[in-house]
This record gives sequence, C-alpha cells and structure tokens, in this order.
Amino acid sequence: MAVLEAHNLRKSYGGEEVVAGVSFGIQAGECFGLLGPNGAGKTTTLRLCLGLTAPGGGSIELMQRPVPGEARPARARVGVVPQMDNLDPDFTVSENLLVYGRYFGLTERAIRERIPELLEFAGLTARAASQIQALSGGMKRRLTLARALINDPDLIFMDEPTTGLDPQARHLIWERLKQLLARGKTIVLTTHFMEEAERLCARLAIMDRGRFITEGSPRELILRHIEPHVVEVHGDGVMDWTDREAGKLASRLEKSGDTVFCYAADPAPLLASLSRLQDLRYLHRPANLEDVFLKLTGRELRD
Amino acid sequence: MRVFALPSMNLRFVPVWRRNLLVWRKLAIPSILGNLADPLIYVLGLGYGLGSMLPEVGGVPYIAFLAAGMVCSSTMNSATFESMYSAFSRMHVQRTWDAIMYAPVDLDDVVLAELAWAASKSVLSGGAILAVVWLLGLSSSLLSLWVIALLPLIGLTFGALALAVTAMARSYDFFMYYFTLVITPMNLVCGVFFPVEQLPAAFQAIAAFLPLTHAVAIARPLLLGHIPSDIVFHVLVLLAYAAAGFYAAAILFRKRLLK
Repeated sequence: MAVLEAHNLRKSYGGEEVVAGVSFGIQAGECFGLLGPNGAGKTTTLRLCLGLTAPGGGSIELMQRPVPGEARPARARVGVVPQMDNLDPDFTVSENLLVYGRYFGLTERAIRERIPELLEFAGLTARAASQIQALSGGMKRRLTLARALINDPDLIFMDEPTTGLDPQARHLIWERLKQLLARGKTIVLTTHFMEEAERLCARLAIMDRGRFITEGSPRELILRHIEPHVVEVHGDGVMDWTDREAGKLASRLEKSGDTVFCYAADPAPLLASLSRLQDLRYLHRPANLEDVFLKLTGRELRD
Repeated sequence: MRVFALPSMNLRFVPVWRRNLLVWRKLAIPSILGNLADPLIYVLGLGYGLGSMLPEVGGVPYIAFLAAGMVCSSTMNSATFESMYSAFSRMHVQRTWDAIMYAPVDLDDVVLAELAWAASKSVLSGGAILAVVWLLGLSSSLLSLWVIALLPLIGLTFGALALAVTAMARSYDFFMYYFTLVITPMNLVCGVFFPVEQLPAAFQAIAAFLPLTHAVAIARPLLLGHIPSDIVFHVLVLLAYAAAGFYAAAILFRKRLLK
C-alpha cells in the first residue's frame, strides 16, 4: 500500500525550478532516503508532500488523500522531524509534548497517558521537567522525534535528523529509527550523510538540481554506478605518479585537491605500484555510497 | 493555495491559543504588573499633575476625562505589542508556527489564534486599568461595566492591524515604524489626552477615520455615565478595521509562509 505518491512534481521560485518533475511512490513500512547536496530541492519536496506549499505542477497523494487539498487531515497520520529544532523554549520537556498533542485534537487524558512512553523511547524520562535550554543537542533531537510520534503516525518525515550531532547521539537516533521501522512505521528521510542512508534506507534516490538522478537500494546504486574498489592516494609526487602509472592501472581517476581517487575493478596492480613508492600514502577501501554521490553530483561546493 | 480566499474560521485555533495562554501563565504576575505600570504612570502623573493645573475638561476633572483614553490606549498598545513582537518571535525566531503547521492545523488557524490571543491579552491589560479607574473612584456609573464588552473589540481591531504589519516585517526594527508613524500619532489625535475638538479642522477630519477615535468615543461616555451617541456606527467602524486587518494579515502571511 502506498502511503505517499508524487507524480511529476514541480515547483519554481522566481523563475528557477527547484523541483523539476519528480515522481516517486513510498510503500508502507519502508525507509526511503532522499539524498542530495544543499539546494537540491529535498526540503522543498518534503514541504510539497506535507501540503505546506502548493506545487507548480504535478500531483501528490499522502495517506491516500490528495495534497494540498486534503493535506490537513492527511497530516493527522504523519509525524515530522524538521531540520531545525523548533521546540517550544518556554516549556518543559513534557509540556512540549502535551501542547503538541493538543494540536492533533487528542484529549488531555490520551496525551498524558502517552507522554511517559514517549519520554522513555527518547531516553528523556529523567528530564521530563527540564527546560529546553538545559538540553543537549542530542536530547533536543530526541525530544523532537518524540514530539513527532505524539499522534502515533504511520509515516514520519525526517529532514536531516542527525545533522550537528556527535557520534553517540547519532547512533542513538539511528537505533530509535530502526525500532520504529521494526514497528511497521514508514520513514522518509533526507540526509547528506551517506553512512546514515546506507544503514537505514532500503531504497533511496539521489536528487540534484530539482531532479532524481538515480534511484535504488544502496547496493544497487554502488553496483550500477561505480567500480567496487577505491584507492585514495596523496603525498609528494602523487600527480607524477598519476600521470605516469595510475592512468593505466585504474579504470577511472578523480582529483580533489592533492588527493587522487583511483577507481578500479581489480585494485592489485595499483597496490603493487604504490608499494614500490615510499613518498605516497594511500588508503584502499571498498566503494561506498559517497563515491556514487560524488560521482553523480560532482565535487564542487554547493552553498 | 488560494492566497486571496477568506480566512477560515475554525475552532482548531483553540489549542494554539491555549499554547500562548500556558506560556503567559508562567509569567502572569510580572506581565500584568508590567502592562499596568506604564498607563498607570500616565493616569496618575498626567491626571493629577497636569490635571491640577487644568480647569475641567469636557465638563469633568481632567483625570476622569483621561481615564477612558488610557483604558483604550493601553488596550490598543497591548494588542499591538503582542501581535507584533511576540507573534513575530513565534513565527520567525522560534519557528513555533512551523512546528504547529506539521500538525493538522493550517496557517489560517494559527493566524486566528494569534489574533484571539492578542485580543485576550489586551483585555487583561485594559481590564487592569479599568479596575484602577474604579478603585480610584474615577468612574462610578454602572454603565462603565459595558466597557468590559468593548475591550475585546478594541483588542481584535488593533491586534488584526498589527498582525498585517508583522506579516510584512523582516526584523523587529520594522515595528518601530508602525509605533512611530501610526500608534503614537493615534494616541495624540484620537482624543486620548484631550478632546478631538481641540485639533485644527484638518486633523479632526483625519481623526474621524482612525479606529482609536471610535474606541474612545464609546468608552468615554460609558465611564462618565452616559450612553454613547452613534454607538452602532462606532462599533461598525471598529469591526470594519478588525475584518480588513485580519483579511490583509491572512493574505500577507500566506504569501510569506506558504510560498
């Protein structure tokens, strides 16, 4: 059953197409990742799906309801974790949940019964009466996640849920997201952490300049777009070596600053060549999603 | 998004209004005292100080004349302040509105909640001044109880106008223009401190168009114990400003936030 379907979605701002004909369908219970550099159109796509802005073209169905026409009732079944924390700074942790539950028309009693369970899920039981300012970044994120679950949603949108968190906090969020998936929830996740996408998403799309440029499981994308081995080389004389030898030994080369990325189906000749040179340092690793991402969206900065 | 559609009026605004109430309850006492201090200083300072030098104004002691003006003016100021600085903080700085709109609550509901909240808070401010007026014995007519019914209308009128300003604001600095160019002149030409009839004819003509004039025209007779003349007309003017301000605010917020 599709919980979210978008067909040929478009949105322009001031003549520039930010979302340029995007189509996708998300099935109940899956975790779908939307990857892309800054400004690719990810957040606008989420806003369109929630009915917070009208599309310039195309159609959306959220929880089997047309959006934006019936976005409001559709959102009753949806939770959102935004990119920027917008918890209520005037309230305690549990007041944040109480007040948010009221927006869904839940009864006071139903919300109060639900709060302890949500606090436990977020690891904030001991912090129920804390002010928001007293929470760490990771705690705020977990509270924002708990807030998004107040209405027991079927579908959860998460916009860069672990940006700005330390590794401990990040791993805890990932753990909780896996628990939610195990309970049958559907998650739509935007991120630019490839590791996050590889861990969580069964299926993902890479978006750039308003379009989906590829779509599939993390494995499929790596197989489809990139050689299985990567050797990263840097050090004095790396460019000489590249011109002299690497060009013949690797199937593809990418230069970034003074590092050369050598992509190859068989890394042995590259490694043999490098083992004869003292000045070059290198790292041999399997290709990952980040390699795919950088190949498809380029290495130049996006701001 | 139908940008020019009439704002939807729906009870979904209530939980958002209750959110603001809960924040206010945490700071209720300092907030009331803060709202009371400024107009109280005017009533006492100008009323007794300036009033002692003046003969009767409009047939009553100056402080009794001033009382109605201060009730209306502080209600207006309170609604204006809440709809500008506080609403702007919630919309733009804290992003509270964004969070609310992920729930099944629309922008129209949030805007209505802000208006209702600004009006509620202004009723508390105006009501506090009214209580002081009664305590000082500046008004002893039972008719003055009707002012309680007028306060929400004043709050809605000026709350709605200020929300339209907030919808256009890029930063807090913007609000200074509205205070300096609109609120302060209104305080001076709308009969708060002296009768409108004292003004040159041109200013009287301008004052006749300003909403505060009509609020004062209802409140002053009531506090002094007579039934206001043209009361239906004055109420209709205030309602028209409230409706126009709210509709403009709804349009401007949609253009700003749902784009």
